[in-house]
Amino acid sequence: MACGLRNGPVLSEETTTPELTTDEVRHIAALTRLGLSDDEVEMMRGQLSSILRVFESLQQVDTEGVEPTGHTTEVRTVLRDDAPRESLGRDGILKNAPDSEAGYVRVRPILG
Amino acid sequence: MVSNGSELIGLTAHEGQDLLSSGDVSSVELTEAILARVDEVEPRLNSYITVTRELALSAARDADAARAAGEAGGPLSGVPVMVKDNMSTQGVPTTAGSRILLGYTPPYDAHVVEQLRSGGAVIIGKGNLDEFAMGSSTEHSAFDATRNPWDTDRVPGGSSGGPAAGVAASECFISLGSDTGGSIRQPAALCGIVGMKPTYGLVSRYGLIAFGSSLDQIGPFTRDVRDAADALSVISGHDRRDSTSIDMPGQDFPSALSGDISGMRLGVPREYLVDGMEVGVKAAFEKSLETLEGLGATLEEVSLPLTNQALAVYYIIAPSEASANLARYDGFKYGNAVNDVPTAWDVMNQTREQGFGPEVKRRILIGAYTLSAGYYDAYYKKAQQVRTLIIREFAETFEKFDALVTPTSPTVAFKSGEKMDDPVAMYLSDVCTIPVNIAGLPAISVPGGMSEDLPVGLQFIGPQMGDGTVLRVAHAYEQATEWHKFKPAL
Repeated sequence: MACGLRNGPVLSEETTTPELTTDEVRHIAALTRLGLSDDEVEMMRGQLSSILRVFESLQQVDTEGVEPTGHTTEVRTVLRDDAPRESLGRDGILKNAPDSEAGYVRVRPILG
Repeated sequence: MVSNGSELIGLTAHEGQDLLSSGDVSSVELTEAILARVDEVEPRLNSYITVTRELALSAARDADAARAAGEAGGPLSGVPVMVKDNMSTQGVPTTAGSRILLGYTPPYDAHVVEQLRSGGAVIIGKGNLDEFAMGSSTEHSAFDATRNPWDTDRVPGGSSGGPAAGVAASECFISLGSDTGGSIRQPAALCGIVGMKPTYGLVSRYGLIAFGSSLDQIGPFTRDVRDAADALSVISGHDRRDSTSIDMPGQDFPSALSGDISGMRLGVPREYLVDGMEVGVKAAFEKSLETLEGLGATLEEVSLPLTNQALAVYYIIAPSEASANLARYDGFKYGNAVNDVPTAWDVMNQTREQGFGPEVKRRILIGAYTLSAGYYDAYYKKAQQVRTLIIREFAETFEKFDALVTPTSPTVAFKSGEKMDDPVAMYLSDVCTIPVNIAGLPAISVPGGMSEDLPVGLQFIGPQMGDGTVLRVAHAYEQATEWHKFKPAL
């Protein structure tokens, strides 16, 4: 099946996407509460920049007036009967918590 | 009378079921034979993260007792199976391949695990995977890589590499994987077995540890298409606990296997023959097309130009959904936390720093970036709009064709370590499987040839709810070829 067109994702050599800066990587990491070492920040900066370049090709697609799709199946509100039913036991759930006390999950101070 | 363990473990599940039904073998015997095989090959393969030996033998005894009492069992009754370790199992640790879930034991079963248990299946253990199902080689597991049974210097594919290698190496008869961008079909291709990703919503995701919720779907790995149809009948069906579960009566998938595809219209999308596809893969694919024509199907080349945008759409949408789904790993509720630090914020930052591996961190960061203020419209919204166009392009194509046929992966199994330092190269190994998830379609990979003594996969894609159609055409192809009978020497 010969064909003259190039097949596969469009990965351009020339790029219009600027490289991420170290500060930008640190900012996203802070948004996601993800600690990163200095080495990791530098590694991610390079790798994330090359991943962002893969996304450039989308700008070639005309999407004027096209509705975005979040789910491929028909999404409707699913209701259940308002009837009591058994739920998961508290013990089984608390057993998984790193720290708990008197039936509650205990966490380190949030203020301070 | 079959009594030799090494003969037993190489059977398909339906052949095993025939021996169970006739009384020639018991489920305990099958399970013991499989457990012996696991002991023999696990040091070389690492398909399992957890083997639940005693639970398996107990389930096998129950299946034998039920059969002796005359209870009608389903197709998997008494059959040893593996479950990917991102599916919750009550009382059995579930890791998703991540250090961050060390010590976590689910207090409930996933829907598919309930279906397996109530169907009498014998769960041997939990299969290895790339961390949170993010990867294409199973090298991103926190519990060491799984190796390919055909060549242990190569990867089994991913992310469901454990379940794929397990079926290929006879460490179970059937396994369940999850497929977000190819994580069932690509490892099935690289391990020389059958792997099916059903229509989105056909199988409940309740209890599946979430990665990309609008893309994730559970499906079976098997040694032939008949077993895939049987397994899909067991695990599919409406479940109120997954709001995207399709509400329709259960389907009889085995009845779709008529063996007849004469007159069936098959499209061959040219964009799937990507630049860089290996010569041996392309040659096997072209031979498969001849086989399908010989069976009376009508083949026609077709173009789906937006296929070339699918990778970009996927690597925006999947990480965006993942960054939201993985926000729950905060070190408070479950798993392995760094707790000896001053504040709750330190707990979150350090638990996530130490608990997540590099690929998961990359995807969380990419997802958060494409969702963040100033970039949302250019990336996330744009990707969702192109997703709409990809869905339309498939829908228009399926007005003319019953199914599409493509290679599953552009390459055979690659060498371990080869793509670990280049995330984009790793992502490209899913280029033929990703479009299917974007559109929520059913697709199956079946053994479709050999190249360099390694298996090549053939993919059939159907329209939404066309699961029966892809099973039918895959089954007809399989019955006309011998590829599914090839087994790794190991």
